[in-house]
Amino acid sequence: MPKVKIKRKSTLVDMTAMCDVAFLLLTFFILTSKFRPQDPVEINMPASVSERKIADADIMIMQIDKEGRAYLGTDNQMVRQRALEVMLRTNPYASYKDKFATEEIMAAFKKTESFGAPFPMIPDIMSGKIANDGKHTPGIPVDSLKSPVRRNELGDWLVAFRQAHLELANEKADGQLKMSTYNYIRLAIKGDGLTEYPEVEKIFNTLKDRSINKFDLITNMKGGETASKSDD
Amino acid sequence: MAEIAQGSEGGKGKGKKMSTRIDMTPMVDLGFLLITFFVLVTTFSKPSAMDLAIPAKPDPNDKTPPPEVKESRVLQIALGEDNKLYWYRGVKDPKVEVIDFSQSSNVRPVIQDVQQKVKQRWGTLDTMLVLIKPMKKSNYKNMVDILDELAISKVKYYALMDFKLPDDSITIWKGQQPGAGANSNLND
Repeated sequence: MPKVKIKRKSTLVDMTAMCDVAFLLLTFFILTSKFRPQDPVEINMPASVSERKIADADIMIMQIDKEGRAYLGTDNQMVRQRALEVMLRTNPYASYKDKFATEEIMAAFKKTESFGAPFPMIPDIMSGKIANDGKHTPGIPVDSLKSPVRRNELGDWLVAFRQAHLELANEKADGQLKMSTYNYIRLAIKGDGLTEYPEVEKIFNTLKDRSINKFDLITNMKGGETASKSDD
Repeated sequence: MAEIAQGSEGGKGKGKKMSTRIDMTPMVDLGFLLITFFVLVTTFSKPSAMDLAIPAKPDPNDKTPPPEVKESRVLQIALGEDNKLYWYRGVKDPKVEVIDFSQSSNVRPVIQDVQQKVKQRWGTLDTMLVLIKPMKKSNYKNMVDILDELAISKVKYYALMDFKLPDDSITIWKGQQPGAGANSNLND
């Protein structure tokens, strides 16, 4: 009589399926995650205990570096393109239309996340003659005396972005949206902690002039502390 | 010339068949490690946002005088150079005190003390008003820090104002920028 052979089962599990799942998820996460936009300037933000996260979309971000230079950008390519068109519709910027006329410059502007230069300098940045970083660009002029076109260009850009965002939203909503604070694109300011207050004040005054009275300040998270519960 | 390998030479010639299965465990480990990394990095990189509302530009045609506020409700804070913070209450003859504001939590006892005083006087904390006046030599971090401290202490009303010299309501500055040689008599 032959002995009954008990077959030893291997403890090894086939990992192929699990491996498939892991890499599928990995691919998904890599594809869905958005790359952090490259900042033209390095900014050390101050910290706060605020736990609200900044919005992902429909937001314009103004960066203020240590020296008080302002850089402006928004996440939406269409808004960026439209904002440039809005600027080119208005004086005195309309006189630079020829410089922006080429397809490449318009396309490059659309792709550029944020910029900081006087208006006449922008075509050179877009064509690559001048690098779009803090070393080569002077920031968007806040002071009309420092602007080649004698305007508070930062204020004009803010209005142009707002206008562009509203126009695009209106095209979707068949002109139902009115010029009101509720429909404006939100502004978030990312400032360097060491910026001297007068520089910040200049920018705040610009915002006041253009009736942008409510905005976000982007900060790092401060660990450990939370808003204490004081008795009322 | 390329040769086709033929198992072992001659003889019995039955090469052992190698299993085509590979141990996938390390690869799975690596996969999940990368997933964890991406998940953590994408969610934690998002900075937080803090609301700030600045007063609207006054309408030049609007002749109504600005609203008056009871002096006992107000705490005034001036931000100065080298992370100094000056605070005072009242209008007539305010006692100005200086604290080091390099640690933002240093100001918390002051705010909460004033809150208690306001509560005793008015019955609720909510009537307290803080006026923040950043001076020329202060920086953006000081401003964010004080706004943050007000949020921590749950101060409902605050205003960011210009620091003007000579400040008409404050006699103690005597037209002098505090900190510019005037430190010694500020605490008197």
